[in-house]
Amino acid sequence: MSDEGDKSGEGERMVLKMLTGSQAVAWAARLARVDYIPAYPITPQTEIIEILSEWVRKGEMDATFMQVESEHSLLTAAGTAAATGARVFTATSSQGLLYGFEMLYSIAGWRAPLVLVNVARALAAPITLEPDHNDVLAARDSGFLHFYAENVQEALDLVLLAYRVAEDHRVLLPAIVNIDGFHLSFTRERVDLPEQDAVDEFLPEYKPVNPIRASKPVAKGIPVLIPPLYSFFKYQMHMASRNALSVFREAAKEFEKTFSRDYAPVEEYMMDDADTVVVMSNSFASAGKYAVSVLRGEGYKVGLFKIRLFRPFPTDDVIKSLRGKRCVLVIDQNISVGKGGIICPEIAEALYHLEDRPKVILPVIVGLGGKSISLEEFRHAVSVAERLASLGARPDGPLLLFREDEAILVESLLKIASGG
Amino acid sequence: MSITKYKTLKDVPREEFLVSGTSLCAGCGALLVIRLFHKALGDNVVWVNAAGCVTLMATFPYTPLKSSWFYTAMGSAPAGAQGIRDALDILIKKGKIDPTENLKVVVVTGDGAASDIGLQSTSGAIHRNLDFFYLCVDNEAYGNTGFQASSSSPIGSGTTTTRPTHLYPMGNFLPKKDLFEIWRSHRPPYVATISPSHVVDMFRKVEKSLNFKGPKLFLALSPCPTGWGAEVSESVKLARLAVETGIWPLKEAVYGEVTHTYIPPKRRPVEDYLKVQRRFAHLFKPVKNEGAIAEIQKQVDEYWSKVVH
Repeated sequence: MSDEGDKSGEGERMVLKMLTGSQAVAWAARLARVDYIPAYPITPQTEIIEILSEWVRKGEMDATFMQVESEHSLLTAAGTAAATGARVFTATSSQGLLYGFEMLYSIAGWRAPLVLVNVARALAAPITLEPDHNDVLAARDSGFLHFYAENVQEALDLVLLAYRVAEDHRVLLPAIVNIDGFHLSFTRERVDLPEQDAVDEFLPEYKPVNPIRASKPVAKGIPVLIPPLYSFFKYQMHMASRNALSVFREAAKEFEKTFSRDYAPVEEYMMDDADTVVVMSNSFASAGKYAVSVLRGEGYKVGLFKIRLFRPFPTDDVIKSLRGKRCVLVIDQNISVGKGGIICPEIAEALYHLEDRPKVILPVIVGLGGKSISLEEFRHAVSVAERLASLGARPDGPLLLFREDEAILVESLLKIASGG
Repeated sequence: MSITKYKTLKDVPREEFLVSGTSLCAGCGALLVIRLFHKALGDNVVWVNAAGCVTLMATFPYTPLKSSWFYTAMGSAPAGAQGIRDALDILIKKGKIDPTENLKVVVVTGDGAASDIGLQSTSGAIHRNLDFFYLCVDNEAYGNTGFQASSSSPIGSGTTTTRPTHLYPMGNFLPKKDLFEIWRSHRPPYVATISPSHVVDMFRKVEKSLNFKGPKLFLALSPCPTGWGAEVSESVKLARLAVETGIWPLKEAVYGEVTHTYIPPKRRPVEDYLKVQRRFAHLFKPVKNEGAIAEIQKQVDEYWSKVVH
């Protein structure tokens, strides 16, 4: 399954391996000693549950693997198991996430802290297998914490961090860790695989609050027919989610001590003297970093700002990093049809009240359904933003990127579809 | 039948697990069934509920149950039971909780959840041989939303989405889905129909089912005074009429083998049952629909003609 690598130094407490994103998150679930894995296949998530199923069947993992008959049942079983006190891991993608969508809000409302890996895949119709973020962002308002991984190492580490934050009694909310389909799920990278005892130290046993027990009957998930009660419980969830910001920082500090990798809710790349900042998330941020480094060489004073923790939204980090910048481009790999990107308005809102807010906040849509983002497109978007800033003009709607070579390809396919 | 501790009504335990004061309707057949069913099950129970009338039994901050309750969603209570059962099993196995903390996991849903939106989830749970109880309180329509037709509504019944009109004189023209047979086709250890009018029969069935590991499914006729259009004091009487007319056969299936636990010595005409309910009033007024009543009678007779005495 994966190549055993060299043991890096004794103090490091980890092993080097070549792993795909799917393998890495499966390893994270194994190292987290999860009790329960409800599962249902869907491309491109399936490899994760295949691996976990095999480990459980070989006795390498002391967990119950339960293949159910749909994602709706998957999420229901995951949620009730977590509410009963089991540490639960599950994974899905795209249509599957939407099929079980109802339960996302329920699980969050039950305050059941499980971890769900979403392997991003664009939503039908038209049906495709390639990634964008409309699937995971549909779950934006559910109450789940959202962790977005850029590379395979981050995918593994964020699952471990997600358990630690989700299960903290100041939080008690479920978490989604997003990895992009294909680009991360099936890409092999070198990974520092933590040792079990180090993970055990970092991640204590899950202590459920008011679980279902014979000795202490409880009523869970029951109706609140008095409207202020509903508001009260939703506000509690919101405050718990906001708590997750500082809990994440604490956990990240511990994580850094144990594993020597440092994770903040956001990441800055070549930002120090940047006038123009590209905002991105997930695996395509690597392409963004490459573009930024090339554009730097061409004289653009450009940097990249990556969102790693999307819920709770790291407003203070956004302000700290983006205030005083001349241009901000928000690359949304999603589309709210009839409006534009989903993340851009959140960045704009965070910056609005500042005197030194950017002159231009340019919404950019690109990378839908796995469409690549070329260097030319980054260059074009940056130059559009900078031109708007120098003209003192405002963007005329989101910039929908599409290359000439892509247009030619699409033309030719449309011609075939229309019969010649 | 094997040796039972339930011979007469006097053998029904006095201990209550479901106390009075719920917000369900007066005369609710489902509430009576749940109260009795719980006595038969005993303590250490967690109920897993799908959206329906019964969901309103526990509303914050109250619960009428001495046992635990978990409302999940309309379509997936059996999957909710799966998560709880599996979690309890693994936590006990790993020594994280004491075996005395174990619970019987019992799904309770209406017929809409059981026959329509939750059927896939139920089929999955039975197929996986989940060790749970499923109690479907069948009032033959979506009662909680105001009595719309479900696939469990009987032919000829009027509901708020199958109102009888001159174009649709039967009201509901679709047959009642045979949930007992759907469940039985999965060959679970135990399936039974029960009625709040035949309490000893119900207790014996629950008692017997406790010996099986795996799915134990109960379909309970649950008269609904508001939806059926009957006096609140008549619920048990209506349930008895359903049994005595042969409309609601009392039976069980152990690993698929069917036995009728009560065979009405002389079946009363279905008309006796139909004419006392508002939901069938259009079959009698303004003109008696002899054809429709005869058709319902014929279906019942055909059913019993195949029952081996």
